[in-house]
Amino acid sequence: MITKEHPMTPLLRMDRIPHIWCPTCGIGTAVSCFAAALKQNEIPLEKVAIVSGIGCTGRVAGYMKVDSFHTTHGRAIPFATGLKLARPEMKIVVFSGDGDLFAIGGNHFIHAARRNMDLTVICVNNFIYGMTGGQLAPTTPLSAKSTTSPYGNYEHPFNLPHLAASCGATYVARWTALHIRRLTNSMSEALNKKGFSFIEVIAPCSTVYARRNRLGSGLDLMKFYHDNCEIKNGANPEEADIGFQSKIIVGKFVDKEKPSFIDNMHVGLKRALGDKYIPYGGDDGAK
Amino acid sequence: MKADPKGVLTGEHYLDGDFACAEGALAAGCRFFAGYPITPSTEVAERFSERIPEVGGIFIQMEDEMASMNAILGASWGGVKTMTSTSGPGFSLMMENIGLGAMMEVPCVVVNVQRGGPSTGLPTMVGQADMMQARWGSHGDYEIIALSPNSPQECFYVAIEAFNLAEKYRVPVFIMMDECVGHMTEKVIIPPAEEIELYPRRLTNSPPAEYLPYMPEDDLVPSMIIAGQGYKIHTTGLTHDERGYPVMTAEAQEKLVHRLINKIRLNADHIIHIEEEDTEGAEVVVVSYGISSRVALAAIDEARAAGIRVGRLRLITVWPFPEKRIRELAPKVKAFVVPEINYGQMVLEVERCAAGQAKTILVSHGGGDVHNPQDILEAIKESIK
Repeated sequence: MITKEHPMTPLLRMDRIPHIWCPTCGIGTAVSCFAAALKQNEIPLEKVAIVSGIGCTGRVAGYMKVDSFHTTHGRAIPFATGLKLARPEMKIVVFSGDGDLFAIGGNHFIHAARRNMDLTVICVNNFIYGMTGGQLAPTTPLSAKSTTSPYGNYEHPFNLPHLAASCGATYVARWTALHIRRLTNSMSEALNKKGFSFIEVIAPCSTVYARRNRLGSGLDLMKFYHDNCEIKNGANPEEADIGFQSKIIVGKFVDKEKPSFIDNMHVGLKRALGDKYIPYGGDDGAK
Repeated sequence: MKADPKGVLTGEHYLDGDFACAEGALAAGCRFFAGYPITPSTEVAERFSERIPEVGGIFIQMEDEMASMNAILGASWGGVKTMTSTSGPGFSLMMENIGLGAMMEVPCVVVNVQRGGPSTGLPTMVGQADMMQARWGSHGDYEIIALSPNSPQECFYVAIEAFNLAEKYRVPVFIMMDECVGHMTEKVIIPPAEEIELYPRRLTNSPPAEYLPYMPEDDLVPSMIIAGQGYKIHTTGLTHDERGYPVMTAEAQEKLVHRLINKIRLNADHIIHIEEEDTEGAEVVVVSYGISSRVALAAIDEARAAGIRVGRLRLITVWPFPEKRIRELAPKVKAFVVPEINYGQMVLEVERCAAGQAKTILVSHGGGDVHNPQDILEAIKESIK
């Protein structure tokens, strides 16, 4: 009998396995890479929290064995903002999908990036609303079909790295579920980055996206990533648009230094109030 | 436990209700405020932004009210007492995550300084028409606690009470002010810190391996943790079991939602705080709250001078509704008169509890101004005919 524990067991809620994701879904790969990044960095797990919204990727919070918060649709970022400000010593990671973070939650994303809030946001982008059965997302490529764009999408999609970079994110990268080593390294870098870091993970959804668009199985999509991704570190994210089955530019696009929200808050209040400024110490307001 | 003097501005002040509410929250140990500007509650946020860096807390202006509500939930899990403030339109936006707060059982306080509605309504003018929204505004079944102060001094004390209730019952607590109370300026006496009793967070004594985040104690409220201490909890807005794990069954729903409701309903006697005067032996009782309770005083005085035995019952706790007391009084009085700045909200509760044993008369007002006391007097006179 094989009794050896899987190396990721301490990072996962094994009592919740099997998970709800479909075979060949890319979310599990993103989670594995994230677990590997945590391990690589030897970050104490009690000092990590995951906050998710709603949808397939929204379920990530439920499977990672850290303090984990499964919030409402689109609201993971402001919830994480409150948690980070209350527990600044923790690493707060928002793990959610493209529809959750960029449609219903888009306003929160741009403002957290603008503030350079000390958060890492990982977006699994499968170009579709998976949990509700395959509807049009703000990332669905032009002409792709979904259950609510049955004649093909005629809306321009978001270019997520460009959006993140133009709103002020200090770390922006895009990989696919095929690039596990590079994705893990990016997650590692993001976890160690002060301020707002953003990683887009292009991931296959064979059940609703690939099937409706006749793109084959999850494996076929991985093969597509293999043949059509171009690694361009330092590329201008403005040029990283994604079309329907077009070339996908991946890489680390932004990695810069800028004072984070928390840094600026301390500096600004100290300058204005001098010794009267009492930095937040996490106390409960009682003696 | 006692208040930390750092947050208590002991002394005599001349403050408006919004400022007094902020001072009450600081005295209660609130050290995190997230908000979005909206008339007539903006002064609560302004006061916080000015005062909180000097007491060791954090203020953040969020991008909207949904974000404000979520930020206070997240921060509360970080172990800090949290508050936001808003008015009608923002209260509507907060509803989604007030439900999340009820479901995740997160202690926090939400201030609604009510203005005239619906929609943008009368931004700078008084209303009391969000009272039912406070009770039922988020989807699904849950119970909530809401308080309604009628003076700046009471805003101070009600804020402390709101935090104590939020911590004790692990539920979002509303302070349902109105524009008049929020913007009226009166003397506010802030006592020394050692006279302010606070209810501490219900932190678990169990080690992480034995801790179940949603295992209730005897009063149906589970004990809590602070994120980052190694408990590695999971919490969700989905229906969940004692472990906090999602369970999609009717049985799990019954067990969880019934407890969320019962932790308030069965503890109602410990929660409810009302003020009564001359209700024993009264032939008519005026039931009121907020600014309307002060306007009603003139009518009550006049009615008494005319020989009518008028009692006064003021709701400081509006939710849970003081059902038991209205049921006790109903067979003994001819009528309840309910002045409120809406077209009939809390009066529905009075009528329900009176159950036909006493007349229930609404004195409505659409908002933008307070009642003319004469209208309340007429209703009192009419009620005993």
